[in-house]
Amino acid sequence: MKRLQNVWKDKVAVLSLSIITVTTVAGIFAPFVAPNDPEEVHMELRFASASWEYLLGNDHLGRCVLSRLIYGIRPSMLWVFVALLLSVSIGSIVGFLAGYFRGKTDAFLMRVCDVILSFPGYVMTLAIIGILGVGFESLIIAFVLMKWAWFARIIRSSVMQYAESDYVKFAKAIGASNMAIMIRHIVPVALPDIAVISSSSFGSMILQISGFSFLGLGIQAPEAEWGMMLNEARDVMFSRPEFMLAPGLTIVIVVSAINYLSDALQVALDPKLMTSKHKQQGLEAASAVKLEGKGVA
Amino acid sequence: MLLSVESVEKSYRKGGLFSKEREHVLKNISFECKLGECLGIIGESGSGKSTLGRLLLGIEKPDRGSILFEGKKVEDRKVRTGNLSAVFQDYTSSINPFYTVEEAILEPLQMKRKAREEALSEIDHLLYQVGLDPSYRKKYPHELSGGEVQRVCIARAVSTEPKCILFDEAISSLDGSVQMQVLELLKNLRKRYDMGYIFITHDIQAAAYICDRIMVLRNGEIEEIVEVEQLKDVQSTYTKKLLQMIIA
Repeated sequence: MKRLQNVWKDKVAVLSLSIITVTTVAGIFAPFVAPNDPEEVHMELRFASASWEYLLGNDHLGRCVLSRLIYGIRPSMLWVFVALLLSVSIGSIVGFLAGYFRGKTDAFLMRVCDVILSFPGYVMTLAIIGILGVGFESLIIAFVLMKWAWFARIIRSSVMQYAESDYVKFAKAIGASNMAIMIRHIVPVALPDIAVISSSSFGSMILQISGFSFLGLGIQAPEAEWGMMLNEARDVMFSRPEFMLAPGLTIVIVVSAINYLSDALQVALDPKLMTSKHKQQGLEAASAVKLEGKGVA
Repeated sequence: MLLSVESVEKSYRKGGLFSKEREHVLKNISFECKLGECLGIIGESGSGKSTLGRLLLGIEKPDRGSILFEGKKVEDRKVRTGNLSAVFQDYTSSINPFYTVEEAILEPLQMKRKAREEALSEIDHLLYQVGLDPSYRKKYPHELSGGEVQRVCIARAVSTEPKCILFDEAISSLDGSVQMQVLELLKNLRKRYDMGYIFITHDIQAAAYICDRIMVLRNGEIEEIVEVEQLKDVQSTYTKKLLQMIIA
């Protein structure tokens, strides 16, 4: 908890956290937040520019762009987050078991991962959707089934490196149980790695989900989704480029907010990266250095 | 008898999962260690010292033979709790980087089911004994020097007052004067707590300084076990050569 307070001193982290919180809340309470019905068609308002009633203008069917953006938070951000959480948790469990126990457990679990990873991701996702039927739920299930192996691989190698260290050896020598060692020594140390890989795949997952929606395999037509909005705006890319801006910028802002937040969490949780307390009080230099570090990363 | 090792063998698989070829690291090792004794294990790199250390700590199981701690199998972690402890070579990874000095020392104390308050009050005394002051309690390992980390590790190992502590090259990564200080500290602590040491090192001088008996390991076999006082008249030619190299 003491370490989490350091996040508050990092301005970029606070900004990212507030963007994510506001978006999440807006997505959950979309019917109350959105100014208009996202599926209401006004053909007389096609490609209308911003007005007081429709703050971000209207799309090719005259639907309110802002309302569609807000309704689109649910599939684009919240469900992607759920899918990510599920695949990262499965991947973590497998990765921890394989990396910690090594030997036969490791060999078996990694061969299973190899089998899954050897199929091209998009094709397998298509096949799973083919089996389960078209729909957003099948898409999410297909994603979880395909992605966990990749996470398991990366988490395993990170866990392996920590399981070799002397403090784990010491804990084993004094008779700590495997469970206790994992919880006390390996999970906290591996958590920053997990946070970084999951936040960096968040962006690509949003885009992939949009891609499948474009093929008509995810979100179905009248419903709003950011990737689909981007695709609809593509038709008028040269005549009315501003219609790409709304969904495009939203995706960019949300994805970068998540990346910055995971970076800041990593800095806040790792004592090595954490500038010591007396340095942090009042000195702007410290946060400037941190920002530079991020730019490089 | 505190520790009795009987015809222990250990080999590792060479190459891949299905490879039949195995490398024999330890061959037919048998020795005993008395309560309160300091046994030095010396040998060149690759002679199996550290592997033997891991087996003695119960982290790994021997392929054959048995290692008994007070007559019970050392692999059983309940046998080890509070009775056996260790200090390792690499000071950069011997304390969890997310732990403060206080949390690191608390770990073995809490394993022994000590009340948190009681354990916390002991830490100052433990730090004092290894020559550190209480201001170190809130520091993280990366803020300490190599010698300081090793001292914290020693404090952590001593905290439960174990019957035996294993030092795996614990002073090898420190520089000369600090090595001497740590050795002096270990000698004093041993008197105070009446503990046994198993001192794995490649440095015969350090071993001769602190140990009662020295075991020479060569290619996974015991070459010779000698009392420190009789180190001058060793039998095997290998040990003679080893000693000559230091004197020369």
